[in-house]
Amino acid sequence: MNSFAILGVPILTFLTFFPTVGALLILLLPSSKPRTVRIAALVVSLLTFAASIPLFTAFDSTARGMQFVERAPWVASLGISYHLGVDGISMLLILLTTLLTAVSILFSFSITSRVKAYMVTFLLLETGMIGVFAALDLFLFYIFWEVMLIPMYLLIGVWGGPRRIYAAVKFILYTVAGSLLMLVGILYLYYAHHLTTGAYTFDLLQLYDTPLAPAPQLWLFGAFALAFAIKVPMFPFHTWLPDAHVEAPTAGSVILAGVLLKMGVYGFLRFAIPLFPEASMTYTPWIVGLALVGIVYGALVAMVQRDVKKLVAYSSVSHLGFVMLGLFVWNTQGMAGGILQSINHGLSTGALFLAVGILYERRHTREISEFGGLAAVLPWFAALFMIICLSSIGLPGLNGFIGEFLILLGAFRAAPVVSAVAATGVILAAIYLLWMYQRVMFGPVTNEKNRGLPDLSGREFWTLAPVILFIVWIGVYPNTFLRKLDVSVTELLARAQARTISMRAPASTVVPAAAEDAK
Amino acid sequence: MTLPIQIDAPLGMIQPLLIVCGVGFLVLIADLVLPHAKKHWCAYLAMGGVVWAFAIALGQWGEEQHGYAGMVVLDNLSTLFNLLFLGSTFLVMLLSEPFLRQERVEQGEYYALILFCTSGMMLLASSLDLITLFLGIEVLSISLYILAGYRRDSEASNEAAMKYFLLGAFASAILLYGIALTYGATGTTNLNRIADTLTNAEGPLPAGLLLAGMAMILIGFAFKVALVPFHMWTPDVYEGAPTPITAFMSAGPKAAAFAAFLRTFFVAFGPIHADWNMLLSVIAALTMTVGNVAAIAQTNVKRMLAYSSIAHSGYVLIGLVAGGNAGGTGAIFYLIAYTVMNLGAFAVVILLEHRKGGGDELKDYAGVGFRYPLIGAALSLFMISLSGIPPTVGFVGKLYLFGAAVQTGHIPLAVIGVLNSAISIFYYLRLLVLMYMREPGEVLPPVRVPAAIGIALLVTAIATLGFGVFPGQCIEAARAGVRALFS
Repeated sequence: MNSFAILGVPILTFLTFFPTVGALLILLLPSSKPRTVRIAALVVSLLTFAASIPLFTAFDSTARGMQFVERAPWVASLGISYHLGVDGISMLLILLTTLLTAVSILFSFSITSRVKAYMVTFLLLETGMIGVFAALDLFLFYIFWEVMLIPMYLLIGVWGGPRRIYAAVKFILYTVAGSLLMLVGILYLYYAHHLTTGAYTFDLLQLYDTPLAPAPQLWLFGAFALAFAIKVPMFPFHTWLPDAHVEAPTAGSVILAGVLLKMGVYGFLRFAIPLFPEASMTYTPWIVGLALVGIVYGALVAMVQRDVKKLVAYSSVSHLGFVMLGLFVWNTQGMAGGILQSINHGLSTGALFLAVGILYERRHTREISEFGGLAAVLPWFAALFMIICLSSIGLPGLNGFIGEFLILLGAFRAAPVVSAVAATGVILAAIYLLWMYQRVMFGPVTNEKNRGLPDLSGREFWTLAPVILFIVWIGVYPNTFLRKLDVSVTELLARAQARTISMRAPASTVVPAAAEDAK
Repeated sequence: MTLPIQIDAPLGMIQPLLIVCGVGFLVLIADLVLPHAKKHWCAYLAMGGVVWAFAIALGQWGEEQHGYAGMVVLDNLSTLFNLLFLGSTFLVMLLSEPFLRQERVEQGEYYALILFCTSGMMLLASSLDLITLFLGIEVLSISLYILAGYRRDSEASNEAAMKYFLLGAFASAILLYGIALTYGATGTTNLNRIADTLTNAEGPLPAGLLLAGMAMILIGFAFKVALVPFHMWTPDVYEGAPTPITAFMSAGPKAAAFAAFLRTFFVAFGPIHADWNMLLSVIAALTMTVGNVAAIAQTNVKRMLAYSSIAHSGYVLIGLVAGGNAGGTGAIFYLIAYTVMNLGAFAVVILLEHRKGGGDELKDYAGVGFRYPLIGAALSLFMISLSGIPPTVGFVGKLYLFGAAVQTGHIPLAVIGVLNSAISIFYYLRLLVLMYMREPGEVLPPVRVPAAIGIALLVTAIATLGFGVFPGQCIEAARAGVRALFS
């Protein structure tokens, strides 16, 4: 077990709360100087990113269990503790978060209204996101999970497009409805744990060992899975996503696709699967089925979109279907692939949204038919946009290929027919993205307004460059990252399998009813 | 020479109540003596009395005493509620003072009535007998009827008072009839002795009489805390009454009625728990749902908060249904939470209502958030807390209540509760939509925050956030209060 401190503060606490501290300091800056505010926010986000690098370098990829653990009692009488820690999965997701936040803030320099409020909201959002990935106490996790909604709600609702209010309200109602049912599930688990062990605790690692009868497990998995499936989003819970993505400001879409959707995936990995392994197995056919529907449906709907941003939004539904498929084929290839693919999706789709944002800021439209022949006008943009599209399609040599390949491999081992259906998603992705690219970038310039558009500015280049760096890195040498996942994935699968085997033995029914504690 | 009868009247145990009552009379006298320009001294006098009583009540923590022939009790439950009443009364006085001054309706009797009402609440929370309980409810209610109609020049205020009085008088009569029937069935009005009779009755008790009595007592309480279907008065009265009085009604009197509700049903009717549990859970589900769904349709902030207040009564009722230590603690903690966050919300409503060109319609909130950043942030915090999103006291309260429901096997009720929370997010966050996402119709003039309201806002905001992040002590206090019920 290793630990690392920055300025005397343990690294995970530092990472979680440094953006908040930064946001509070930015509040003190005068609103009349937006430039200062922007630079201050960028500095805070870059420092957070820099501070997250030791998490990667000091991470022991051979050790089992959680690392950088911090633990202190919080509300002792209820068994709530301040418990943070990461394994390979959450470590990579935190890095993705800090990277994408810095990139998004740099991109958001083009925001001109209410700059201070925007930057403060964004940094508070970062605290929530990192907290979700670092928390190992269900109470603490739930707090971060919900807290994060408010800044996202404001980002969509205040700085979004014309239907922003509708999209923001839809976003929050969908997510909250799911997560509140999860809260009931959490409470049930909490009392079930008390009944078997006599101890009240929200500590995830202790709750992992709560024996549960099959019937309540099915309900509990359902409650947790619903919350996460809405977030992922899995078909048919995806309808909030196109609205939120399209109406959110560019940076909001980047974070939404890059990080928030990953929270759903992470929720399955960290909570739903290890807490209720047997129910997870029982539900596997359903989840795999929905994942396949999502892959094909998302791709088909993406193909007919006229709005580039909507196209990218629906491509997310398809790609996240891949991720969920990888998680639920129950082998190391599939699961590692699923996790890597969710990182990849964060990078590729994040970059796609940035590219769409760059186009939008030039023309204030995202209609594909408005463009055409841009490759000649914006050569640098064309090159980078090409790389991003290819990465999202899954071209060998770029990140998407590795993830999708591992998932398809895992799926093939589990059931070849599943793999075959999923593979159509890859083909469809090539069709909708390349077709879109062709209509937007190639051919003659058909619209006079597109003539003389400026190519990438230095700032825009630097928002895309770091993301593309990682896209290539993962594509060429994925082992840097896969190695960090190895032990965590094996451990997760082993835990799930061990629990399911022991569950086959007759289990006593655990129902928290009015027990000795009622008086 | 010794007196022929033992006088069982220990004044010490009801000292806070006596102070509040006494200062109330002093304020009335001061109002006669003070010249018109110095009327605000009545407010200071009243506040001083409240602080004094608060300090005494704080010192009574942990003490336990029965008196007045077992009709009045001092225990941690009554002390905790006394502290809650006094605290909320003080905050309401802070909110009232600038309002009265601005409206030029400064009169001593306003504060005197608030003090008398508070003494009624305190009597209610310390009652161990249905007679004193009724006395408390009446003192409380009559003061409120007058306060609701305090704006004599306003038609809405008069209507509110009239409506409240007529319906309230009915409810009181039903409550009294219920008390009479219960007395008929059990032969006593003492809560402990009713419980004794119910458990150790030698012959069969007249069940019909008993159940009718209990149902009527339930109706009386349901009216006072605004449970469906006895909630009809709430929106009209909340909207028509002067806003500080609306805030007041939603805080102390509601908590007081719940304190008596808790004592009556946990202690006196505890042995026949099974007879009322199902009924209460249906009422809880209805109350939450009707309150939240109706709140969505409102266009007036005070009306919206009225329906929200109904919905929150439903949440508290979950604690009563769950019963036991966990349920009782949940209900009490939630009452504290609701008082704090709701008073905070009303502080902002009062502030925005009385700014130049302000009002209490939802549309008056357009663009407020960016124009007045601190006020906007405060109202956002209270709305987030009311909708039960962490890290606020509203979230911890709901967590505890739903936890108690899950623990005692009332999982459907917990699920209805969380779905209601999801519904409520829609209308609470609509204020955020208005404040931050809509442009104001005209340029908003600067707003001056009176010091008193500023202090109230600060206190409620700190408590909303503080009890949300560190709820430990507050939960412990609530637990200690509930333990008194079962000792």
